[in-house]
Amino acid sequence: MTVTDSAQRRTPKAAKTNSVFKKFVMAISGILMLLFLIAHMIGNLHVFQGAASFNSYSEWLRTVGEPALPPRTLLTVIEIVLSVSVLAHMWAAISLWRQAKRARPEGYVTKKSVVQTYASRTMRWGGVIIALFIVYHILDLTFGAVNPAGTDSTPYSRLVASFQNPIATTVYVVALVLLGMHLRHGIWSATQTLGQSNRRRQKSVNAFAIAFATLLIAGYLVVPAAVVFGLVD
Amino acid sequence: MNLTLRIWRQKDPSVKGKMVTYKVSDISPDMSFLEMLDVLNEQLIMDGDDPVAFDHDCREGICGMCGVMINGQAHGPQQTTTCQLHMRSFKDGDTIDVEPWRASPFPVIKDLAVDRRAFDRIIQAGGYISAPTGTAPEAHSMLVAKKDSDAAFDAATCIGCGACVAACPNASSMLFTAAKVTHLGLLPQGQPERNDRVINMVAQQDAEGFGGCTNIGECAASCPKGISMETISRLNHDLLGALRAGARPKS
Ligand code: HEM
Ligand code: SF4
Ligand code: FES
Repeated sequence: MTVTDSAQRRTPKAAKTNSVFKKFVMAISGILMLLFLIAHMIGNLHVFQGAASFNSYSEWLRTVGEPALPPRTLLTVIEIVLSVSVLAHMWAAISLWRQAKRARPEGYVTKKSVVQTYASRTMRWGGVIIALFIVYHILDLTFGAVNPAGTDSTPYSRLVASFQNPIATTVYVVALVLLGMHLRHGIWSATQTLGQSNRRRQKSVNAFAIAFATLLIAGYLVVPAAVVFGLVD
Repeated sequence: MNLTLRIWRQKDPSVKGKMVTYKVSDISPDMSFLEMLDVLNEQLIMDGDDPVAFDHDCREGICGMCGVMINGQAHGPQQTTTCQLHMRSFKDGDTIDVEPWRASPFPVIKDLAVDRRAFDRIIQAGGYISAPTGTAPEAHSMLVAKKDSDAAFDAATCIGCGACVAACPNASSMLFTAAKVTHLGLLPQGQPERNDRVINMVAQQDAEGFGGCTNIGECAASCPKGISMETISRLNHDLLGALRAGARPKS
């Protein structure tokens, strides 16, 4: 059976429905979300410049490009790209999860893992928790619906109100640590999935994944830490 | 050495199996794991019991028939085949759990023997080249870079034992398929079918019911031939190439 040939215009169906293609979807959507996470983390650091600076950064995000572009252009574009990415990523993850379940319905009586990292073991349930967290996070800090400061508050006061609540702070810390582990394995896995790894690079890709995930999550965690320790209020 | 063995006994694919405990004594540390099982089987036959079914052929680490799960590790604690594993890797008085490979595409035939023909069908889907056969051509007529021939040879050492599937938490056959795709894709003779090969072999491994790869690395750490995760990256790269080739405009 020949499925690709030079005269063929469309990509063959077998190439777009297989497990490796789903991994490409997961890798590309994961990287798009990751790029957003970098920008989001840097943006959050405005909190250290005080309430006025933080709120005007938030305002800028809604008005950037005006009057040439309609209001909320940047945010709308980001929202669409991220929504599509989250859905595509979860679709691929769930379908591969089911495939893996079907592949070994009966487990071993005794199984010892040799090299599996904790991060790689928590990708699936960790991902589910991250997805739930994203929903909570938007209801909390974007809409204020579940925020102690309520819906008609400034972004800055919502942020401070959340992190002055120990339960909300714990939720954020746990979710961020899980996200960090997801990215620690995800960055390595995406490098493999996109065919960019080899025996020589294996060590450095993994070292980069650890360093990157740690730095990114530390960048997020300094904000709740600053509120908890009273540096920001 | 005296050992306690807990071995998976299953009469045939239709019945449920279970772990059964046996004792063996006077095992020499120089015996291979399979020779130890031979001792057990002789004992079982003497007692009028059914001997434990397990696969084996060459007993020198080249045929890939002999894999079993030993204490939760594919081929046991050493990175070698079960037939090349020696009893000196265990201590007197140890309890050893022995189970068959577990994956739905590898159904248990009996006890420790599983049906690995799914691998043959993956090979049939693309693990070949269509070069004219006959007498060996002059070696210098087709040049291969040293680093490519070395990497192709490393990948070609895969013996199709299935340890990668057995060890993988997703029961994925990626390392096996990737070894074949890498081996043929690095050589000039493998080029004409390169795009078809990767697409068809991956489609076949999915159709057989293997899981997808999540780059955990248990496969490479359990492979008796040291096939590396690099081959999986190469397979992924080839599939991306095939997608691009398929999307080429009509000429
Ligand atoms: C919405 C909930 C999420 C779920 C259910 C989920 C699940 C998964 C799963 C199962 C994998 C495959 C793991 C593997 O290959 O071992 C994965 C990979 C990945 N995830 Fe997520 N994830 C989620 C959210 C995110 C987020 C928010 C990011 C942000 C950057 C992200 C980035 C990545 C990356 C970069 C990969 C690597 C892609 C690859 O395997 O090639 N994920 N995710
Ligand atoms: S890749 Fe290694 S573990 Fe997998 S079948 Fe080949 S030799 Fe066995
Ligand atoms: S019996 Fe041939 S590899 Fe073990």
